[in-house]
Amino acid sequence: MHWERWFDIVRLRLRSLLRRNAVEQELDRELRFHIEQEIEKSVGRGLSLSEARSEAVRRLGGIAQIQEECRDMRRTSYLENFIRDLQYAARMLLKAPVFTLTAAATLALGIGANTAIFQLLDAVRLRTLPVREAHRLAQIQIPNMNFGILEGADNLSYPLYQEIRANQQAFSDIFAWDSGYQTQRLGQGAETRQASVIAVTGEFFTTLGLGPAAGRLFRSEDDFRGCRTPGVVLSYALWQSEFGGSLSAVGSRLIVQGHPLEVIGVAPRDFTGPEVGLHFDLALPLCAMSVLNKSDTSAFDRRDYAWLNVMGRLKPGWTIARASEHLRAISPSLMQATVPSGYPRDGLDHYLQFRLEAISGATGVSQLREEYNRSLWLLFGLTGLVLLIACANLSNLMLARARAREREFSVRLALGAGRGRLIRQTLTEGLLLAAVGSAFGLTVASVLSHAILRFLETDGQRLNLNLTPDWRLLGFTVAVTCVTCVLLSVAPAIRAAQGQAAEAMKASARGLTADRSRLGFQRLLVIVQVSISLILVAGAFLFVASFRGLVSMDPGFRAEGVLQASFELGGQEHDEAVLQQLLAEVRATPQVESAATTTNFLIGNGMWSLIARTEAASRDVRTTWVSPGFFTTLGTPILAGRDLGSSDRRTAAKVAMVNERFANLFFPGSDPVGRTFRTLAEPDYPEVEYEVIGLVKNTRYFHLQSAEPPMVYFPASQFPPGAVGNMIFIRSRAPLARVEAAVRHRVAAWRPGIGMQFHVFQKTISGSLMRERLLAALTGFFGALAALLAGIGLYGVLAYQTVRRRGEIGIRLALGATRGQIMQLVLMEAGLLVFTGLVVGVCGFLAVARTAESLLFEISSRDPIQVGGAVMVLAAAGAIGSMLPALHASRLDPTNALRDE
Amino acid sequence: MNKPADLLQGTLNLMILRTLGLEPMHGWAIAARIQQVSQEVLQVTQGALYPALHRLEQQGWLRSEWRKTETGREAKFYTLTRAGRAQLDKELAQWDRLSGAVGLVIRMAEE
Repeated sequence: MHWERWFDIVRLRLRSLLRRNAVEQELDRELRFHIEQEIEKSVGRGLSLSEARSEAVRRLGGIAQIQEECRDMRRTSYLENFIRDLQYAARMLLKAPVFTLTAAATLALGIGANTAIFQLLDAVRLRTLPVREAHRLAQIQIPNMNFGILEGADNLSYPLYQEIRANQQAFSDIFAWDSGYQTQRLGQGAETRQASVIAVTGEFFTTLGLGPAAGRLFRSEDDFRGCRTPGVVLSYALWQSEFGGSLSAVGSRLIVQGHPLEVIGVAPRDFTGPEVGLHFDLALPLCAMSVLNKSDTSAFDRRDYAWLNVMGRLKPGWTIARASEHLRAISPSLMQATVPSGYPRDGLDHYLQFRLEAISGATGVSQLREEYNRSLWLLFGLTGLVLLIACANLSNLMLARARAREREFSVRLALGAGRGRLIRQTLTEGLLLAAVGSAFGLTVASVLSHAILRFLETDGQRLNLNLTPDWRLLGFTVAVTCVTCVLLSVAPAIRAAQGQAAEAMKASARGLTADRSRLGFQRLLVIVQVSISLILVAGAFLFVASFRGLVSMDPGFRAEGVLQASFELGGQEHDEAVLQQLLAEVRATPQVESAATTTNFLIGNGMWSLIARTEAASRDVRTTWVSPGFFTTLGTPILAGRDLGSSDRRTAAKVAMVNERFANLFFPGSDPVGRTFRTLAEPDYPEVEYEVIGLVKNTRYFHLQSAEPPMVYFPASQFPPGAVGNMIFIRSRAPLARVEAAVRHRVAAWRPGIGMQFHVFQKTISGSLMRERLLAALTGFFGALAALLAGIGLYGVLAYQTVRRRGEIGIRLALGATRGQIMQLVLMEAGLLVFTGLVVGVCGFLAVARTAESLLFEISSRDPIQVGGAVMVLAAAGAIGSMLPALHASRLDPTNALRDE
Repeated sequence: MNKPADLLQGTLNLMILRTLGLEPMHGWAIAARIQQVSQEVLQVTQGALYPALHRLEQQGWLRSEWRKTETGREAKFYTLTRAGRAQLDKELAQWDRLSGAVGLVIRMAEE
């Protein structure tokens, strides 16, 4: 009803803000008119003009005061004051460009680092899938599943998926997808390129609640066993790049792995897949996997082959906890119904103990998250500490500046400025600095987070993380800015508020010695800085040492000069003659020194195991089937016995080579060569007795970070399921790029159309150390930053103090103190501060170090050498930081110093 | 917006609104009118008049414009807005209640 009134109010407020001068003039005119009227009236009563004027002014009262009151009525004074404070703060900052630049740069780094890590955490952890009601999604998995059968907790077998689907009550529907995104060939001939393919069940899109950007998405009918001509759904990105977003794409044919498939639709723009960090180009129904993989349907029947991620949408009224309870309850019958055959008894008993559970699926699933979760939180904590140090540092600088401005403040207090006003102004300065820091910090963050992402990407793997700023990032930055502002300005503001006009003026005018009690807070800040820096530097030492340990470790093989080559033989992968010819072609390539086939490229390339048994032990061991020359190619020394040879044919006696761990476990205290062990039967792998013919040095297997497992090497020619040999290790002294080209050329000449993939082994290994490398690099960077800041902080306080104590030092010198004694005076003070900070820091570090334990490789989180190193570094930083002010103090000229007083 | 004003502030506001209820006026005329109507009993503190006018204007009860007076001089005239008229009614009713109540108390004290 009163909208008119609100309109008036808004109009007036805006007017008073924007047309301040006009409003002021009007006020002037209004009051002048009043006075003139009064004068007129009084003159009419017979007073003289001057009498009338003074009478009028007297009756009106203080004009300036009335004006001020009228201004207050405008209710915009707080804003005007704020703007004036801001202008003043900006002027003050511009007048001290060195301080301002240092402060802005420090804050930009501190805030930028925080924001960057938060951005990554946000992308990896917090963003929910862009689907309908993501919080109603749950992932179904088996916790703590870790046994020979079905490795990897989040993957389930197809028969188990179907059993769950048939028996569960908690979800309106469940769906699954192939957890390993496959790279398939797209197109034909020269235009072949790679596309990332996700295979999904028919209910995938409908249960996620996604609608098509064009055409249609899969329905249940699209996915059935034995489908011959599956349709394909494009990702929005591929639709744009391949078809320019044209609607005619729907209905056209796309050649995938040589099969022409019809495009039925396009997925929505935001949806890049259910897994964080991965993206799909094409989605196919699950049944298409048997079409593309040469009618191999075993994956759908095998109960020991876990390859599916399973998710469901909760029914209304169901919670994740309740669904989890329900899944646990129905697990025994589901496990009973899907128990794999062909495994030893105890393994199956273990299988029957598996219990399903539901966990939130709102943010999708992610390998990346599991791998980097801890590291990112740790880095987030570290960047927080860096920001804290930066704030302590700047707060100290601002305190020093505030003290330099004590005189200004006392004059203003004496002139009647409110303490509130002074505090507001200090806060405004802090806010301005923090805001400038944040603005630059956002740029730093964007650069840093993208750099970290690129850093983490390896040859084969592109990381697809959504790093566009969202409201959470914005909120975070605003929050950080506010916290920074408060941290920066609280101490100076309190100082401003405590100021006593008269006292301060007196003190800054005269006074021989600095009031020590008032420096207490600054000292405390230095101690805090040193102690936090110690935590950061010690952390850096640990992670760098851990990484160096990994890099310089002997993994049992020599990776330099080794290529990993794998070949696609177009259906002849199991043809013994073709495989032998392939190896012969590779070996015959001029630059190749030696080459050998394997069933498993080491480090990050799958795990194979069987259960081995002797009288002494029975447990799972890692297995690889290799051709003769494997150990020469990898540079793994044979310690006893003989190498595999061409005589170890399929029909010959079954032989094996074992590593030291195996020998120690299965043949403790005796020579393994000539002894025998048995493997336990598994599907395709019958129980066999093997004779050990040689002993090799231990080698790392899947992770460079984990200890060597017991290992067996069997001759590839005796591989139980048939012929193997399309993965080949190549050793050469020539540049590996040249070797790759030569091998490609030779193999292509032998058989055109063979698909080939090459990886430099060393790159594979360093790719597997990405996390450690990242941690070492970032903690190293933050540690160096922290040490630098601590040194500067100490320098700042001491330098300022020396200035304050000029008079005192002058007198000491005049009374006969030597320059050495003066230096000692300053250094003792610094030493005490640094020492206290270091003690506090070491205690703090020992308290929190355990959180990093799981990220460290073969080094204790409380390793005394690393902590000691950190103490040395900070002591050195402290020494440098205090030496300059100490020298400066000792070189004071007493006459000058005293004359100034 | 409607902070309980103290009695003096409140009465000054009320008097201004009441005076302007008759016709648009400039500040000096308002003061003169109040003085005249109250038979010279109420001397408006001129220092308080203008802040009060500005406050009422900022609250949307009054609107102002520059107009010529009878003597041909430019002056800032205040007019009651519709919202201001409603506010005047409200404050009048409040004043009646208050003055009545004060009257009762004072008479009781006399007995």
